[in-house]
Amino acid sequence: MSTRATREPAALRLTLTATALLFLGLFLVLPLVAVFAQALEKGWAAYAEALREPMALSALRLTLLTAAIAVPLNLLFGLAAAWAIAKFDFPGKNALVTLIDLPFGVSPVISGMVFILLFGRQGLLGPWAEAHGLKLVFSVPGLVLATLFVTFPFVARELIPLMQSAGTEEEEAARVLGASGFQIFRRVTLPNIKWGLLYGVILCNARAMGEFGAVSVVSGHIRGKTNTLPLHVEILYNEYNFQAAFAVASLLAFLALVTLLAKSAVEWRAAAERASEAEASRVD
Amino acid sequence: MNTSQQHGPETSVMLGLVKRVLPHHRGSVLPGFRLAMGFTLLYLALVILFPLSTLFWKSATLGPAGFWQAVSAPRVVASYKLTFGASLAAAAINGVFGLVVTWVLVRYRFPGRRLMDALVDFPFALPTAVAGITLTTLYAPNGWLGAPLERLGIKVAFTPLGITLALTFIGLPFVVRTLQPVLESLDPEVEEAAFSLGASRLQTVVRVVMPALVPAWITGFALAFARALGEYGSVVFIAGNMPMKTEITPLLIITKLEQYDYAGATAIAAVTLLASFVLLLSINRLQSWSARLGSAE
Repeated sequence: MSTRATREPAALRLTLTATALLFLGLFLVLPLVAVFAQALEKGWAAYAEALREPMALSALRLTLLTAAIAVPLNLLFGLAAAWAIAKFDFPGKNALVTLIDLPFGVSPVISGMVFILLFGRQGLLGPWAEAHGLKLVFSVPGLVLATLFVTFPFVARELIPLMQSAGTEEEEAARVLGASGFQIFRRVTLPNIKWGLLYGVILCNARAMGEFGAVSVVSGHIRGKTNTLPLHVEILYNEYNFQAAFAVASLLAFLALVTLLAKSAVEWRAAAERASEAEASRVD
Repeated sequence: MNTSQQHGPETSVMLGLVKRVLPHHRGSVLPGFRLAMGFTLLYLALVILFPLSTLFWKSATLGPAGFWQAVSAPRVVASYKLTFGASLAAAAINGVFGLVVTWVLVRYRFPGRRLMDALVDFPFALPTAVAGITLTTLYAPNGWLGAPLERLGIKVAFTPLGITLALTFIGLPFVVRTLQPVLESLDPEVEEAAFSLGASRLQTVVRVVMPALVPAWITGFALAFARALGEYGSVVFIAGNMPMKTEITPLLIITKLEQYDYAGATAIAAVTLLASFVLLLSINRLQSWSARLGSAE
């Protein structure tokens, strides 16, 4: 009886499953296959050629550099924000949480634009930057700033709910027992949040390496100088060099697949750990 | 989460002691508040708030009349209509199919289910430029899907339909990932109870399951819609970008910037920003509403 109560008739089940699979196949699987098929259209030699090209390599280097700056900074911010918000009470906390989410509501185009308004020639700080010989837009620092902006909330937003639900009792106990602040963080807080932290870093990194709209606005599209991988894809595509565009795009699609895999692994580990903890407490 | 259940008896005693020694002083014995809070506020101000504030400074230089002229020109209004309409259509498609996908992923067992479940996040993880060129190639008149559709007389690439498809791709994970935890947490006993009281399966789904899903469903829809309004990378390749016809608002902002019309670009950006903030505020309200609904059950 319980199956009849909670399940649809077999024919309906089949129809729904087929609809869902068709939709996912059309919208997710087909594009994924298409990226790699187009990249390999002219064979492996042409594929390798497109990736070995100096412009592609310099774009790869710049993408790695941008992520290497933006991810650690936003990780540090995420930890500080989550510590302050989850472990202490203060007025205006909800407003602060909303402000941290702000970049999610801003179009990538606007995220890039604000740095042009700030540091561009007609910008608020443009004359100041020029007087000091700083080139902050249409340059690498501009790319980093725009990337910092769009990846700002990722780590904080994973950590805040996690640290809030863990409460403060364990940290307080450690404090009473004489642990220092750093010891409390490393021995008590970190073990509780490590999977969420890793997950946030993975998402932050994927967005940092893949961001297009914001960096497109601030880059100025200077080949070999301010081109990240996504911008290089755009240039190749607009030159009708489709095979090379898809070869470089396949690197980014591969990064996306690795991100999904890492995310699944993190979720699986966290679930396994929760299960073993529940098991341990039953044995107690 | 009940922390005391996860520890040995000694820890429980310790935690109880701490609670009695430190009544209602939540977090006051923990160090690092000033440092963490100081860094958080400074970083937030430098990276987000100060850059965003330039938007208001720049739009103010236009004056009210200039501002109105910039945001209400026919080409700009056409881009609002297109962006709003295509985003709404894409969110609606995701509302329907996202619900079916979530239902099937949560309730049914079939080979490849976990793979499909992991793949739902693909649009989140895939850089938008890659999504853009891939969808364009698929739906171009000589593409895998574009060619057969062309024979049926349906043009997708470089039309509003293509824009809608790209926005559907981008929005799918929002609906599924918002609905999924809610559907997973529903207790099947409630459905069994409804059934044993004589309700048909359809009645049970419509009267018992759906009401519990509605807040998350609307939230997912609104999140997909908000994301679509500002989307650029996945749309710009497939759109064709013809002024008055297939030019989305974010692209128009870039066009104005490239023509050094910073004030005009800023005014349009301010309107876009206002629209997404209103949406996000409503989503926040929705989420607290659904949280209350969840805790009341």
